[in-house]
Amino acid sequence: MIDCLIVGAGPAGLSAAIACAENGLSTMVLDEFMKPGGRLLGQLHEEPNGIWWNGIDEAEKLYQRAKALSISFHLETSVCHLEKVDGKYWTLHTDKGKFSGKNLLIATGAAEQSLPIPGWTLPGVMSIGAAQVMANVHRVKPGHRGIVIGVNVLSAAIARELLLAGVNLEGIVLPPRYLLTKGQSEPKDVFQSLLHMVHLAPSHLMKIGGKMALKSSFIRKMAVGTYPKKGFKVWGMPIKLKQTVTEIIGKENVEGVKVASVDSSGNIIEGSEEILPVDFVCISGGLYPLAELVSLAGCPFKYIPSLGGHVPVHDHNMQTPVEGLYVAGNVTGIESAKVAMAQGHLAGLSISSQKNKVSDGEALQNARESVVSTRTNALIHFHPDILDGRRRLYG
Amino acid sequence: MKTLRIKKHPILGPDDFRNTVAFTYNGKTINALEGDTLAAALLANGIRSLRAHEESGSPRSFYCNIGHCFECRVTVNGKEGVRACLTPVSRGVVVESGKKLPLPFKDGGEK
Repeated sequence: MIDCLIVGAGPAGLSAAIACAENGLSTMVLDEFMKPGGRLLGQLHEEPNGIWWNGIDEAEKLYQRAKALSISFHLETSVCHLEKVDGKYWTLHTDKGKFSGKNLLIATGAAEQSLPIPGWTLPGVMSIGAAQVMANVHRVKPGHRGIVIGVNVLSAAIARELLLAGVNLEGIVLPPRYLLTKGQSEPKDVFQSLLHMVHLAPSHLMKIGGKMALKSSFIRKMAVGTYPKKGFKVWGMPIKLKQTVTEIIGKENVEGVKVASVDSSGNIIEGSEEILPVDFVCISGGLYPLAELVSLAGCPFKYIPSLGGHVPVHDHNMQTPVEGLYVAGNVTGIESAKVAMAQGHLAGLSISSQKNKVSDGEALQNARESVVSTRTNALIHFHPDILDGRRRLYG
Repeated sequence: MKTLRIKKHPILGPDDFRNTVAFTYNGKTINALEGDTLAAALLANGIRSLRAHEESGSPRSFYCNIGHCFECRVTVNGKEGVRACLTPVSRGVVVESGKKLPLPFKDGGEK
């Protein structure tokens, strides 16, 4: 029987598989997609040193290391159910048959929250992540001209990637306020959250301005009040905090969007509606842990908004209260791929130390410290209170 | 209409070296590139609509593009409910869009 089954071939799953195999565990990785890498595939951003982080290359490096360790891969394989047999081992039910193993690591990542704006089921409306995968992985533009709804770290990063791929964007606007998206629909709240990513801004002036605004509520109020309707251009693309999309229009496909101006609290200004012609729309409502399989395994959950919602209870070694069940990556809370890799490595060592009955205290300690330092130094924080969220889990 | 294929990319480099693969979609021949998913190949050929909603008949396409939302389900070689966003193209495969279903019991039967 396999020592460790891993669901998800993303940054966490691959890193965990490598750590398991390096410590002598027989390891199997399953993933629905046709290529390994998970959401590393398509990620593209500029590091502070000016070097581009290319997720496709990172995924390939991890995959080659895993292959060299004789880890077995089942791609294009969907896990639809799992069970613990005789309280001893795990069996995964997939569309390619059953697989059993002594330990199970679930590294299924995250899913995107959608925003049901009128017209959102039309062909041409997609999640922001869908556009990223279409452009950077499949090398097909999501359309000829589009608009992004939802102003956040993820949408800004992917909008920049779309521009790099030569896609035309009208800009990034807010979702309408009535969609129970309070924090995402009020210009003053969104402006506040944008300030936490101001260090990524392309110009030095914006960085200084942003830091001042972060410290002073007066500057923030002034800035939101005088924020221009046309938006500020970042990387040549306007971020429009004073505009919202009220409807997506089209018969067979997206033909345009109805946009309206809003005041600082997100109220629509009457008579300001106009129609913009676009052939695709990206919706960015944020990410949440994709944890259905973890809950099937009987793991308890905790609700921690700064980590993206309901997260499986687990300790600082990535072990859950369910014996033989481990978690790593975005299923434990929304963070960057580098944190997921560090968590995966830790989970792999943690599983190995159980099996080998050796108290490899030092290696585990180093891996735990690496997760913490990667988290602290992360370029992008999906939520300003991630560290507090983590404290609620690990104490 | 200009192509949606991204042949050149400042960071990812060129995408010029893939062989073409032909398959059929609703009886029409589609030229795809090796490694494409069905959803990507169809979009590159200007086709967004992948199915009609089973009850309302309204057109649907991919939404999440990574297998989670199941909006892109099509019929592949007779197998229903296959996700176009996760299925790689292969030569000669027969793909059909999901169809509107009859509603014999709704409101006393469809007119």
